Amino acid sequence: MLKFILSKLLYLIPTVFGITLVAFGFIRLLPGDPVLLMAGERGVSPERYAEITAQLGYDKPIWQQYLQYLNQLAHGDLGNSLVTKKPVLAEFLTLFPATVELGLVAILIATLIGVPVGVLAAIKRGSWFDQISMTGALVGFSMPIFWWGLLLIILFSGILGWTPVSGRISLMYFFPPVTGFMLIDSLLSGQDGAFMSALSHLILPSIVLATIPLAVIARQTRSAMLEVMGEDYVRTARAKGLSPSRVIGVHALRNAMIPVITTIGLQVGVLLAGAILTETIFSWPGIGKWMIDSISRRDYPVVQSGLLLIAGIVMIVNLLVDLTYGLINPRIRHK
Amino acid sequence: MTDTTVKISDAAIRRQMLKDFWFYFSQNRGAVIGLAVFVLLVLTAIFAPLIAPHDPNQQYRDALLVPPVWQEGGRAGFLLGTDAVGRDMLSRLIYGAQYSLFIGIVVVAIALIGGVIIGLVAGFYGGWVDSVIMRVMDVVLAFPSLLLALVLVAILGPGLTNAMIAIAIVYQPHFARLTRAAVMGEKAREYVTAARVAGASNLRLMFKTILPNCLAPLIVQATLSFSSAVLDSAALGFLGMGAQPPASEWGTMLAEAREFILRAWWVVTFPGLAILISVLAINLMGDGLRDALDPKLKRS
Amino acid sequence: MSIFSTRFLAASALALMAAAPLHAKTFVYCSEGSPEGFDPAPYTSGTTFDASGHAVYNRLVQFKPGTTEIEPALAESWEVSEDGLEYTFHLRKGVKFHSNEKFTPSRDFNADDVIFTFNRQANADDPWHQYIAGITYEYYSSMEMDKLIKSIEKVDDNTVKFVLNHPEAPFLANIAMPFVAVVSKEYADALDKAGTKEDLNNAPIGTGPFKFVAYQKDAVIRYQKNADYWGTAPKIDDLVFAITPDASVRLQKLKAGECHLMPYPAPADLADIKADPNLKVDEQPGLNVGYLAYNTTVAPFDKPEVRKALNMALDKKALIEAVYQGNAEVAKNPIPPTMWSYNSAIEDDAFDPEAAKKMLEEAGVKDLSMEIWAMPVQRPYMPNARRAAELMQSDLAKVGVKVEIVSYEWGEYLKKSMEAGRKGAVILGWTGDNGDPDNFLSVLLSCASAEPGGANRAFWCNKEFSDIIAKAKATSNHDERVKLYEEAQVIFKKEAPWATLAHSTQYVPMAKNVTGFVQSPLGDYTFDTVDLTE
Repeated sequence: MLKFILSKLLYLIPTVFGITLVAFGFIRLLPGDPVLLMAGERGVSPERYAEITAQLGYDKPIWQQYLQYLNQLAHGDLGNSLVTKKPVLAEFLTLFPATVELGLVAILIATLIGVPVGVLAAIKRGSWFDQISMTGALVGFSMPIFWWGLLLIILFSGILGWTPVSGRISLMYFFPPVTGFMLIDSLLSGQDGAFMSALSHLILPSIVLATIPLAVIARQTRSAMLEVMGEDYVRTARAKGLSPSRVIGVHALRNAMIPVITTIGLQVGVLLAGAILTETIFSWPGIGKWMIDSISRRDYPVVQSGLLLIAGIVMIVNLLVDLTYGLINPRIRHK
Repeated sequence: MTDTTVKISDAAIRRQMLKDFWFYFSQNRGAVIGLAVFVLLVLTAIFAPLIAPHDPNQQYRDALLVPPVWQEGGRAGFLLGTDAVGRDMLSRLIYGAQYSLFIGIVVVAIALIGGVIIGLVAGFYGGWVDSVIMRVMDVVLAFPSLLLALVLVAILGPGLTNAMIAIAIVYQPHFARLTRAAVMGEKAREYVTAARVAGASNLRLMFKTILPNCLAPLIVQATLSFSSAVLDSAALGFLGMGAQPPASEWGTMLAEAREFILRAWWVVTFPGLAILISVLAINLMGDGLRDALDPKLKRS
Repeated sequence: MSIFSTRFLAASALALMAAAPLHAKTFVYCSEGSPEGFDPAPYTSGTTFDASGHAVYNRLVQFKPGTTEIEPALAESWEVSEDGLEYTFHLRKGVKFHSNEKFTPSRDFNADDVIFTFNRQANADDPWHQYIAGITYEYYSSMEMDKLIKSIEKVDDNTVKFVLNHPEAPFLANIAMPFVAVVSKEYADALDKAGTKEDLNNAPIGTGPFKFVAYQKDAVIRYQKNADYWGTAPKIDDLVFAITPDASVRLQKLKAGECHLMPYPAPADLADIKADPNLKVDEQPGLNVGYLAYNTTVAPFDKPEVRKALNMALDKKALIEAVYQGNAEVAKNPIPPTMWSYNSAIEDDAFDPEAAKKMLEEAGVKDLSMEIWAMPVQRPYMPNARRAAELMQSDLAKVGVKVEIVSYEWGEYLKKSMEAGRKGAVILGWTGDNGDPDNFLSVLLSCASAEPGGANRAFWCNKEFSDIIAKAKATSNHDERVKLYEEAQVIFKKEAPWATLAHSTQYVPMAKNVTGFVQSPLGDYTFDTVDLTE
């Protein structure tokens, strides 16, 4: 097992290297540069421009800048934002919990609804429940979520006034961030109603973000269940006279969960991509919005290190999925 | 399904396969509906100039933000109302079908061709070629697709063509991986060895012998990518990085309409609905295709 | 390190708040973006100034609320020498800086603070010049303060003398701007000792109407009323900035009662806002101009009659309807009508496609095709350049001019539009920094600014015009300046380097129970005068 993990990690090294190259190279290929953008309509004199670029080190050859960046990374320094002048890592750490909270709640919704719906649809294959839920899943899978978010805002915040429009918690509540997760912090603060307020702010964005993963999980669960239910051992168990609920609950479900868990793990990339849109629509202070803003401001250090951090997280999650898969299914290890 | 031992001609086999395919496909009601909607969509796109009541970019300055015809203040000339500069919504939506189909086709074509070639090379040659290629693919896949597409579009410059290229680049590893896996599986099979012994060149082996046998998963992936491409290009348009105004691309229309969200629901609702319906139709079709092409799933 | 310090601050702020009774009056402002930081000197955006310079700090002099006139602030009075080279400021006594958990001022505001404020920006050797890596002082250099100020002398604790290199009338207006908001020397020293210099930018200490409490990135900024404020103390107890970048979301929050006031409504929503019984809208002409700048160095746009003819072909009224949703007025001069010295006697070119066509023919221009550049971003002076360009395209087609619309990424747009020999006319605009006409005319239209690094995108160099505005800049007599600027506008109109398009109106929607908000012509959002009625 250890050998398996090591070999997986070894594989990652060139990938991580590639990611730094891509993250560093891409942002520099972007037309326009941060100095010009900061000067705006007023313009900046050629002398002043040269002065600032020199100060930022952007006058050096590109490969030197890259080596310097790698060197920085090796020392755990992700650089400072050009716009706020603050360390990229510090900004990431203040914003990341918001994205994680949103993502976790979304995946929780998707799993808690998606798995039972998928199982039920498989058991009652061909029933009206199966047909309606699978049609619903396909609609969800086809949903342009940026539009979906707008519709939900119009309906629930605009017309009905049930949910707050944006933000993470009502401004009435004010407490220091301990974990960065508003749901936990609001509980820790002990203030009346703070938790409910945080929860109500989280509902719409997490529903929007959960839409596609929910659809994928429901569909995947259903087909995994169907496949397992057709396998010999399930048929045997049934033939032995075990009760249908026991067959499904113990045998089929457990085996069907392997691909489902993989699917859930693979939704992380989908969630991060979805977070970009969801955070934009709901003004959610997370890393998706941060990346978009930084790209448009040409904030080189933020974009290159932000991309690196995000890709790193995706990779780690994928690795964990691989490992769990390897644990559950030993055959894979030896391939 | 074809366990007959009688020698039959190639054409007959093909005919039989098509027949089988259509049999399974038509079993799936959703797939047939999806196909019908899709055909309708294609027809709409092709005959847009004939169907559309107005020029999609014609601005009627006396008819800004006219609501749909059934609502108070609506006009018969503008069935689904007009947008902020007085362009007919219905006509823009009709012409928008052209963009979406075009985007889907181009993205899938680029991603498919690129991915297949890369995957074939990696799978066929193996060794360090394979390692390098697959590591590069890993790098691409490590980034959330929309984020990577956004950065790529920012580099190439916002616009429809560049958005399509960016999305295709982001999708292409999926095709490469599929092809590679299939090639690895097929490479050791007898018919390949036989062809090799018979003196077939590498190119011939790759394209004529192996590729046709990996087609099914690729077709399924292609339909999936088609619908994702329509969604992602709309998302890019929504973020201002896709097709540029005044193009009547649906995502771009949504982005332009966002400021009217409270005042004119129709400019926000219809483009989104158009996206949803076409993506849904393609996905329905994709499900049918998968069921018909993938014998393992056919049982279920 | 800095995360922990922010956390610590927030925690201590909480302790402070817990001690006080629950505040009755909390005013929530749905701001349009995150501040870049809280040190007002290194940043240039209005968003940052609202959050730092205006709320937390004061300048030596300030703009009288709602105007661009100068009034005393931290300087009670001042004298200008005969030759206009020496400004002596008499500082207000007994002004207290804020305190926070880590810092309590031991002395009142004095001349050292003023000198520190200017020197750290002016002097590259100052230990505070680069207290954060990569920091620059863009306003200080772009307002040419480095070239203007020769020296700053401390006469005594409460008197400071500025010596200039040349007389400059807009000097006082310049130092009323937030980038020279006075920071505490004592606080800086304390931070230096503690090794947390970056807190000057994270946990600001000023003399202003509000004390900084806490900032959660991209989400919320909290302030508390400064009870020891030297001016009239604010009427609200707590001020909260709820950061909401999307205009339609801001409006929905306002409607839902989640905030009391918002900036920059989407033009499309205004009708809806005005109809809402729970809201009211304050409107005021903005200190801005949107324009189309021809390249006056390239044929046939080097001929004033061609430029004039094109201007006459543009239907500006229709443009204001479609692009600004009617919330702007037609521009005839390069400066807005609310600015002093605006020449109202000038007559705008009539919209007359027929005459325009004839004029083009007379000028020998046939089958003209040109580019119009549409900026890719929204600005208050130009909410939708693309739409504006489309309208111009169809207007010009009617006089036989073919227009191709081009656009670039914003940074590229700014750069390429200033490259000599540029093809095509550029849509752009300007919002005033300090209310002085010089801030428009010499920045945008002088010969000097037609050089690389300038902002004269018409590349228009008219000696007569440039001489007049240079003279006006060095004159301290106000009436004389007015006359000179009026004259300059006549030359501008005759030569027509731009098609002046519109001056957009600024709207500030707010809840019905908000009183005392004074709109600034400069687009600042200040809350020391606001109050909430029941």
